[in-house]
Amino acid sequence: MPTSPTKKDKVKGKKKAQDQSQSQDYVPPPPPMPGDEAFAMPIREVVKPDNQLRLSDIELTEEVAKMLTANNPAAPKNIVRFNMKDKVFKLEPMVEQTVVHYATDGWLLHKSSDEAKRQMDMEKMEQEASARFQADLDRASHEHKEHGDVEPPDDSRQLRNQFNFSERAAQTLNYPLRERETFTEPPPTATVSGVCTQWEIYDEYIKDLERQRLDEASKSKGGKKHASGGQHGGANASKSNEHVPTLQSPVLMHCLGTLDRMVNQNMFEEVAMDFKYWDDASDAFRPGEGSLLPLWRFVSDKSKRRQVTSICWNPMYDDMFAVGYGSYEFLKQASGLINIYSLKNPSHPEYTFHTESGVMSVHFHPEFANLLAVGCYDGTVLVYDVRLKKDEPIYQASVRTGKHNDPVWQVVWQVDEASKALQFVSISSDGNVNLWTLTKSELIPECLMKLRVVKAGETSDEDPMASGPAGGCCMDFCKMPGQESIYLVGTEEGAIHRCSKAYSSQYLSTYVAHHLAVYAVHWNHIHPNMFLSSSADWSIKLWDVHDSKHPVMTFDLNDSIGDVAWAPYSATVFSAVTDDGRVHVFDLAQNKLLPLCSQKIVKKAKLTKLVFNPKQPIVLVGDDKGAVTSLKLSPNLRITSKPEKGQKFDDLEIAKLDAVVEIARKSDADLGKNA
Amino acid sequence: MSDIESTLTRIQGHKGVIGVIIVNHQGVPLRSTFEHDAMTKQYADLIPSLADLARNLVRDLDPQNDLEFLRIRSHKHEIMVAAKDDFVLLVIQDPTAAA
Repeated sequence: MPTSPTKKDKVKGKKKAQDQSQSQDYVPPPPPMPGDEAFAMPIREVVKPDNQLRLSDIELTEEVAKMLTANNPAAPKNIVRFNMKDKVFKLEPMVEQTVVHYATDGWLLHKSSDEAKRQMDMEKMEQEASARFQADLDRASHEHKEHGDVEPPDDSRQLRNQFNFSERAAQTLNYPLRERETFTEPPPTATVSGVCTQWEIYDEYIKDLERQRLDEASKSKGGKKHASGGQHGGANASKSNEHVPTLQSPVLMHCLGTLDRMVNQNMFEEVAMDFKYWDDASDAFRPGEGSLLPLWRFVSDKSKRRQVTSICWNPMYDDMFAVGYGSYEFLKQASGLINIYSLKNPSHPEYTFHTESGVMSVHFHPEFANLLAVGCYDGTVLVYDVRLKKDEPIYQASVRTGKHNDPVWQVVWQVDEASKALQFVSISSDGNVNLWTLTKSELIPECLMKLRVVKAGETSDEDPMASGPAGGCCMDFCKMPGQESIYLVGTEEGAIHRCSKAYSSQYLSTYVAHHLAVYAVHWNHIHPNMFLSSSADWSIKLWDVHDSKHPVMTFDLNDSIGDVAWAPYSATVFSAVTDDGRVHVFDLAQNKLLPLCSQKIVKKAKLTKLVFNPKQPIVLVGDDKGAVTSLKLSPNLRITSKPEKGQKFDDLEIAKLDAVVEIARKSDADLGKNA
Repeated sequence: MSDIESTLTRIQGHKGVIGVIIVNHQGVPLRSTFEHDAMTKQYADLIPSLADLARNLVRDLDPQNDLEFLRIRSHKHEIMVAAKDDFVLLVIQDPTAAA
């Protein structure tokens, strides 16, 4: 019991302390007793608050064990975290139990830590450096006193005043600013705009090229002849700089010419369309008949009074042809005219040339298409260069140089690869066949043949004096390769002679059949052995070269025949013109007796000449009123064989004509037998 | 040059030709066969710019090419234009009147 009261006391004492503090409110301390002035024992009173736990004595003596742990009661006991690896919520096994009650940052380092050691090293180094510097200074001052100039110690690393360093700056007076402006007059501007297109760039390049070429040319010339080279270059430059007045420039002339053609095209629009595209459809319904469609009519003022004596197509330009005007009448002889027309301008000739006497024949050179050979009524032959604008021939035969004495009826150019010079042949009524050579200055004649009259039945052994010269009216050279030196000559007496350039005195053969002058002979363009002749005795005869006695066929046209010509596209088609203004077209393969077409082209005029165009289906017909009419052949007249693979066009045509000749001969033989 | 004169006269004399004008590169008419200047002036003002456009077109497509001629056909007339560096040449024709 002694312990328990202690314990009780303790507890009670504790409680009492509590109580006392609590009981102060309840019970005031007893007042000191008046009679007890000496030390009095304090009275102990145990006061129990009302809300104290009332435990029984046994319970009061019970021992309660108290544990002290290091766990933080405030720490959560069950933290669950999401584990990304296992993708599942997991309980954290260990939770931080530490509670920080107080934390503060300080600047004290422990002496033995790394940081502190480093600091101490730094301090030591600085001290050493300053000691060194001081030593330097002392030395320097010492030496200065003794020697004078000395190198000052390097104090770049020394911070002079580490603690009292201050910036020193001074500011100057800021003068007040004032703006001043002036405007000048803007320079005069002009808006320049340009277009740069691809072709302008190209033009500049071309000009540059030209300049370079001129420079090079003048340089190379300067190497040889300095002065003349400079002059030449100067002349060239001046030529290009020279400004021709617009109204006289050749460019304007050229444009005018083309515009003239354009206007003509508009005027003759239908004709041009017909020329190109019209084909008479009704020909399909009437086999054995054809027609000729008149196209343009070429006439000029000066030509109206003359007769067309010759027409010739230009070999190089398909639309160009030359027309020679003269007169066939002995008594009415006037000056001659040559007009060169183009189909593109029917109203005006491209070139015109005047000659002294009537033109009887014109012929373009097959290779040099600017050279035109002309034969005249007075026997002269001329050569014109069409390109020159002059109205003068480049060559002219005169009495001295051996012109013919009678009218030159035909001129034909010779194309000879062997000789370099240009040559042509002329035939005239005086019986001479001349070969003219063009040299640099003049024409040189050479007599190929003197034609003599050969009477039928007599051989040519006859005394040459007895028979006089025969007049030649026409000739044609063979076009077959290898036989180009053979030619036919038609005479005024009606005989046709086959001659060769190699033999000048003898005929190869003679064909006598016509009674009057033979005005035209033509080899067939395709068949090498057949030729046609037409004469003033109103007949056309078809001959085989080998048969000199009888023509294969004869055609009577009831009127004087002006001209006959083979078609270039067929060996059996030929055409003739007569004095009654008609054009007759024959196709032997279709009808051996009658022409396929007999059409009157002009009123009151005689047709004098006829030529086929080598490429286009047109013919040109000249009349004695100075007009040339172009006609388009209808399809029936243009029948030509179409070779298949392996066949040649020429062979087919030759076969066609041969067949015709066969039949003709057979019928002749029959007739002969019967008669 | 008399050739040019004679050709001009000849063109003017063709059937249906209404007029011929030559304009220099500045647009000033050099020769004109119209009686009234107003027509000449109109043509001389309007046609050269069209010709320039046409030449631009041709040369843009191929710089080595160049314009030769230009023909404008309308209901009533046909205008034929030759456009060169120095001049522009116009011919106005009524093609149907030529028949």
